[in-house]
Formats: sequence, C-alpha cells, structure tokens
Amino acid sequence: MQIDQLNILALGRNPEILLVMNRLLNAPPKWHGVTVSTPEEALAAFARESFHIVLLCSGICPEEEAGLTAQLLLLNPAVIVKRHYGGGSGLLKNEIQFVLDRENIQLAP
Amino acid sequence: MASNILHKAETRGHANHGWLDSHHTFSFANYYNPERMQFGALRVFNDDIVAGGRGFDVHPHDNMEIISIPLEGDLEHKDNLGNTEIIRQGDVQVMSTGTGVFHSEYNANKDRPVSFLQIWLFPNKLNVTPRYDQITLDLANSKNQLQQIVSPDPNDAGTWIYQDAWFNMGLFDKDKTITYPVKKEGNGVYVFILKGSFTVNGQTLSKRDGLGITGTDNIGITSLEDGAELLIMDVPMLS
Repeated sequence: MQIDQLNILALGRNPEILLVMNRLLNAPPKWHGVTVSTPEEALAAFARESFHIVLLCSGICPEEEAGLTAQLLLLNPAVIVKRHYGGGSGLLKNEIQFVLDRENIQLAP
Repeated sequence: MASNILHKAETRGHANHGWLDSHHTFSFANYYNPERMQFGALRVFNDDIVAGGRGFDVHPHDNMEIISIPLEGDLEHKDNLGNTEIIRQGDVQVMSTGTGVFHSEYNANKDRPVSFLQIWLFPNKLNVTPRYDQITLDLANSKNQLQQIVSPDPNDAGTWIYQDAWFNMGLFDKDKTITYPVKKEGNGVYVFILKGSFTVNGQTLSKRDGLGITGTDNIGITSLEDGAELLIMDVPMLS
C-alpha cells in the first residue's frame, strides 16, 4: 500500500516527553504526528483524523493498552497499535520504518 | 539445540558525526537493518567514542533499562532526578527510565576522548519510578573469572535492573577456559569482545565482535591471548 502521508498518534502521560515526541513525529517529510495524554483524547483524535499508527508511550499501563487497542481496532481494523519504548531518542525513526516494512506500507515519493 | 548469531565488528552500523563516532550492533538512529532490531530484551548496543569536551545534550528516555560502561576516559552525567555524576573506567551506571528521565552526557575531559558502551534493555515492568544507580567494580575480581555487574536482584552482586538479565565481565590470560551457565531457562546470551580474542561456543571472536547464543544451558569460553576481555549479557528472548 502506498500512502501520501504517514499519520501517527502518540499517547503518553509525560508532558515533556510528549513535546519531544511531537517534534520528532512532525520532523520527517510526509510524517504527521499528533500527541495526546489520555485514552479519551486518543479516541477523540481518532474520530477527527485517520491514523496509520498509534504509539503507546510512557504512563500507559498494560490494561489501558489492551482496552484502547481493542477500541481502536474496532474503529479501524487496519490501524497499527504499538508500544513505544525509549522516549523518542534513538529508536523512533527505525521502529516506525520497521512497522511500515512489516505491513508493506510505502510513502509516496 | 544451540544456535549462534554472529555479528562481526565491521558489519555493525556506523555513524561518525565528528564529535561522536558510534558503532551500532542493532538498528539505532539513522542505522536501520530490519535483520538487526534486537536480541531478545537487548535492544540497543552502542559502542561510542565522544571527543573531548563534547557530548549529548539534554534528551529524554522512558521505559528502558539503560546501562553505561566507560571503557576509557570519564563521562559526566546530569539528569532531572538531581544526579550529577562522573562515571569512570571501572564504573557501571544504570538508569531505569520508567515514566521518563531527561539527561545529558558529556565527555568530562576536554583533552581526550571517552569510549563507552551504552546498552538499552526492554524492561520487565512498565512505568516504574525512574531510578539511577552507579557502582565501582573491583577490577581484581574480573581477573581470569567472570564478575557479575548487573542482575535483576538488588541483593545480588553488582547493580540491578528491571529485567531478568545478568551481565558479567572478565579479563583473561591466554588459554583460560570457563563454562558460563545460562542464568534462566529460555534466556539467550549475547557475548561482546572488548579486547583480544576468544572462542565462544565454538566460534572464534575478535575485538568488537558479538555473538548471540540461544538454546543452550552452558557456554564454553576460551581466551586466545593475554589481556582478552569480554562482556556477557544473559537476557530473556522476547519476540
């Protein structure tokens, strides 16, 4: 599948790290990132925009992860919900690329 | 049945930014190799050299167990937990980053580089309160034997992390042979050669080579020259 823009939603409870995530997710050309700090805000953002990937960041517990993943997949069975480790530095870019490769998603040139 | 994954030193990812010369065993930053994403819980293994007076500005981490081991020179660490420390050769630093830590790392010396390993493991517990620890090793305990530097148990030797992982280091004379018993059933072992050369599980390894071993309870290790040094990381084999 080829897409024109990669839309990523990141949910986490550390506001300073979310600021960094927001900057990193909007840095590459054709990446569009939105950051939110509660599952409710995530669902509201999901209703407003279409996301390819949802990253679950620090402060989101496994129970919330399971519940939110189920809700998001009901709304969009194609969405990729992924736990993000590391706080953005070092891992974010190639972990997103790994998911895109695995799902055979390409960004249009 | 035992299985080996060999990472020769020269096949690692490499980034030279001038102030930072870094070799990545696993995908990191601009180095991306889908075949080298992790070895179980071991996600990042960076072999870094930072020029005098230079370093990493303040940046965040979360939900990672981060172990830093200076090999030569001194590293200055500052974080938002209130820690300002110098980490020297023979020290081991651990950060359980949990809900989030901001820190900086600089070469503490202006006139010479610092060489250090930065190792990140996925934690076995998410969102812990961030924690900092630093220990100084008695290097005499590493001579011709393994010295445990990291474990999951706060009451065991070395420092500890939130993961069922054990790290050992050892400095060997030529032709010394040991058997390393894997600490936990199902764990894999990643061996990294710091100096000299070894035979590990039948595989000859030279400086900065890495070998991941799974499916065995015991690993045979023989040093091939004087002053040979290695790091052994015994980690859960997460998918």
